[in-house]
Amino acid sequence: MHSELSVSLWLGGEDGRYESYSVPQRESQTVLDVVTFVQRNIDPTLSYRFACRVGVCGSCAMTVNGKPRWTCRTHVAKVAHGGRLEIGPLENLPVIKDLTTDMRVFFEKWQEAKGVFAPTKTRRDAIAQIRPDTPARIAADASIECINCGICYAACDTVRWNGDYFGPAALTRAWTLVSDERDGGNGARLQAVAGSGGCHACHSHQSCQELCPQSLNPTAAIAGLKRRTVAAYLKGEITA
Amino acid sequence: MVHRVSGLALAIFLPLHFLALGLAIEGEARFESFLRWTDRPLVKFAEVALIFLFTVHLLGGLRILVIENLDWRDGQKQLATLAAAVSAIIAFVFLVRVF
Amino acid sequence: MNVRLYIWQRATAAIMAPLVLVHVAVIFYATRQGLSAADVLSRTRGSIAWAAFYGLFVAAVSIHAAIGVRNVLHEWTPLTERRAGFCAIVFGLLLAALGSRAVAAVVLP
Repeated sequence: MHSELSVSLWLGGEDGRYESYSVPQRESQTVLDVVTFVQRNIDPTLSYRFACRVGVCGSCAMTVNGKPRWTCRTHVAKVAHGGRLEIGPLENLPVIKDLTTDMRVFFEKWQEAKGVFAPTKTRRDAIAQIRPDTPARIAADASIECINCGICYAACDTVRWNGDYFGPAALTRAWTLVSDERDGGNGARLQAVAGSGGCHACHSHQSCQELCPQSLNPTAAIAGLKRRTVAAYLKGEITA
Repeated sequence: MVHRVSGLALAIFLPLHFLALGLAIEGEARFESFLRWTDRPLVKFAEVALIFLFTVHLLGGLRILVIENLDWRDGQKQLATLAAAVSAIIAFVFLVRVF
Repeated sequence: MNVRLYIWQRATAAIMAPLVLVHVAVIFYATRQGLSAADVLSRTRGSIAWAAFYGLFVAAVSIHAAIGVRNVLHEWTPLTERRAGFCAIVFGLLLAALGSRAVAAVVLP
């Protein structure tokens, strides 16, 4: 363990730069601890996001040595090879300042992919009896724990190359709803994910699945959407 | 990325391949002299490279077809990618020996 | 990319997988046997089977490569989807034309 870490942090907007700091290394230190140290002791103007700091909210996602990670759950000892850390804002999103990004487009794409539940019953109807062991419910449950941290979006090559692409998170949510037997919005939803920017732009690189801190598999969810849209198209339920 | 680059390389090669075959239209003597022209090391090397490119492209494509249509667990996918890489290398070595 | 292009891309890929293996086997055979141009052409000229096989192959690869090129152009160049699609169609037609010519060259008697 080095006594001092050599830390580069991104400062400024899109046209900012990396600034170097020296931060004392501590036991069980996380990358979030490092960023917080800089803001409290060296540069009070540093902008960054966090909330729970225990790995349940997803607010603290940043690019750490080239990979998007939750900084509160990334131990310095595991990633700071040679005592060096390079920390920047999440990729594929506009930079507001320093380590914070504008996530509006991430959420707008969520809406465009129709990641919104469309109810078919009212409170006067009987409660739906959903068995947890049907294939559809298993598929939905496997993808439902997304907390919108943006890591998959930041990691995705297709997001980087294709501005229209909805991204893994929005499409994964669409898949959970497609698999939800209570939902009535599949006509519009399948149409939405079958067009430009939809599930078919995915190249199955699997960076999303590799890096998701919730162990979700967007590649598999998107593959499910691909199969459903193909079936719907061949049956004439949606158009290209 | 390998999949994409090999696809692009094949896409560039194919028109040339078609043009070469089209030489047969001019009669078999023209085609024969072309075949003899290809009997040189540089061309043989290019042919081997092309077979390697198309092999990786094919195996990458099969990987995608499997991921998108069959229910594979995550560890199996990495194994499959590894197996594909190994078989591409084996195919490559085998072909080098043939030529 | 949309569902229609996706279907054509994956379907032509699936069709070509066995076709290309047969093609490579054929080429291996021809080179191992040291076939000359005359030998090759004597087997392919007038053959409906070879015409059908390679005709299908040319059609499939023209579609498959065109869609692939379209994606690459849209993702790696500033071209819009429509312009990328147009370039891709031109490329696909080029492959189809050259390929058909090549098939005709070896199967027409």
